[in-house]
Amino acid sequence: MTRTAHRVWKYGDNVNTDVIFPGKYTYTVSQDSEELARHALEDLDPDFADGVRPGDVIVAGRNWGNGSSREQAVTCLVAAGVHAVIASSFARIYYRNAINNGLLVIECAELADAVETDALIEIDLAENRLYAAGEVFSFPALPEQVREIVAAGGIIPYLRGQV
Amino acid sequence: MSMTLTEKLLARASGRDSVKPGEIVIVEPDVVLSHDNTAAIATIFRQLPTATVKYPDRLAVTLDHAAPPPTAKHARNHAEIRQFVREQGIGNFYEVGRGICHQVLCEEGVIGPGMTLLGADSHSPHYGWLGAFGAGIGRSEAAALWATGQLWLRVPDAMRVTINGSLETGVTAKDLTINLIGQLSSEGAAYMAVEFAGEGLARLTPDSRAVLTNMMAEMGAKNACMTPDEVTWAWLSETLERTRPQDSQERLDFFRDRALYPDFDAEYAIEHELDLGEVEPMVSCPHTVDNVRPLSSVARTRVDVGFIGTCTNGRLEDIASAAAVARGKRLKARLLVIPASSMVLRDAAAAGYIADLVDAGATIGTPGCGPCMGNHMGVLAPGEVCISSANRNFRGRMGERDAEIYLANPAVVAASCVAGRLIHPADLA
Repeated sequence: MTRTAHRVWKYGDNVNTDVIFPGKYTYTVSQDSEELARHALEDLDPDFADGVRPGDVIVAGRNWGNGSSREQAVTCLVAAGVHAVIASSFARIYYRNAINNGLLVIECAELADAVETDALIEIDLAENRLYAAGEVFSFPALPEQVREIVAAGGIIPYLRGQV
Repeated sequence: MSMTLTEKLLARASGRDSVKPGEIVIVEPDVVLSHDNTAAIATIFRQLPTATVKYPDRLAVTLDHAAPPPTAKHARNHAEIRQFVREQGIGNFYEVGRGICHQVLCEEGVIGPGMTLLGADSHSPHYGWLGAFGAGIGRSEAAALWATGQLWLRVPDAMRVTINGSLETGVTAKDLTINLIGQLSSEGAAYMAVEFAGEGLARLTPDSRAVLTNMMAEMGAKNACMTPDEVTWAWLSETLERTRPQDSQERLDFFRDRALYPDFDAEYAIEHELDLGEVEPMVSCPHTVDNVRPLSSVARTRVDVGFIGTCTNGRLEDIASAAAVARGKRLKARLLVIPASSMVLRDAAAAGYIADLVDAGATIGTPGCGPCMGNHMGVLAPGEVCISSANRNFRGRMGERDAEIYLANPAVVAASCVAGRLIHPADLA
């Protein structure tokens, strides 16, 4: 049994990195997990930082994470215990940052239409499938080269094994 | 095999004869850019077993995003960066006040035609106006690049934007660019290379060309570029003579030798055409860049403060156009002007533009990013309305969730500050 169960926080299209992690903190908050987690989604959803529980997932629409390259837009979610972001599509730097920091990112356009906040979903990474609202959704596997980085838990642990 | 300019740049950077869209290639960039985030990257870098940067001469570091430092915490960040730069022997280091990374690296000839840059900054597509490849990356990737000199990239599909005709008076490259983003949306070029072409391009100044490539970040592009022409070479020649007189000719010859050009039969996944003559003054309305409307439809909106600057629109022609509007007037709204570099500041002062702006009541800031991402030097109060020449207007971007940001060309920003309301300069009484 490779399925894991998760509670959903649901958001819309074009959520940008400024509302995920405000720019005013980018040069003073980088490492401190507690502080990173406290500012997660600060200008998008004021209830998120207090309400999020380890293992929760974010389900969103198109172009999640557009805007700045700031990596804290990924690491603040990791610090908050977010297991995965499942979106219809991702902005490219955000997608890379997620892979490089061990945040699971899944592209699945259908799921965003099927669930709302507080829904429960299951992820099967071995089969590339999502289970929600009594339905099964499949998602594309990552390219081989990228899967190795994800398997290592991010680009830094990956390189530790290489350099 | 025929290739786009981007494909040729990536083929060279990955040591291959050719590449095609969808391939994953390992590139060795000529330049790796970081700025105020350098200390944070160094912290990640120290988690790796490599003690020294593999190619320190390929790094470029600027202090620009919170410069001069607004708090002791920011000042400590800068001090850590200076120490790292010394330890690692990084020559391409630019101090507080020199200006914004993207402007400074072009002026200093750190990058030029045919070269490849990966930058820990999302506006790294900027460099394409010189015929270079530039793309944004994250901090962990920058640390990996410092250690290994290499990174994987997917060769992007390409979009060609063909520009014909001439802009009307009072319409600028900013209007053209946000017009394009409004048409195609913030994900219109997601994961793609945007290549600009067409006879209209030749009439755009260097300062204007950089607006186009810089803001393709706002359309989701991986990189944006155009072919170097006589205008590019003249700008490089003139600029390098000022910034590096000791080897300007040598550097120019190097760039001429490196320059790449797309094949005439290269394949583009998307073709888009724009007639410059049909572009009208546009604004991006709160709270997304692709929420684009004609200025005329939101004219008369109250304005509390204006901001002219950033890597998008803080160059000499931008400040000249604002000064022309403000000259002899008294501003009703506050106006903050931050030149993109010390060279821009010096030229703007010499030309009398700074005097015009200050006499009208404007404030001049230290060359750098200013309040663009809400760090310092002019952040907004709740409820304030800002008209800005920057590149992003996301909620909270300039430091306060309940503020509104409109994006426009610098002359519109200046005119709106004169009137205290959104207005085109041509409509000022």
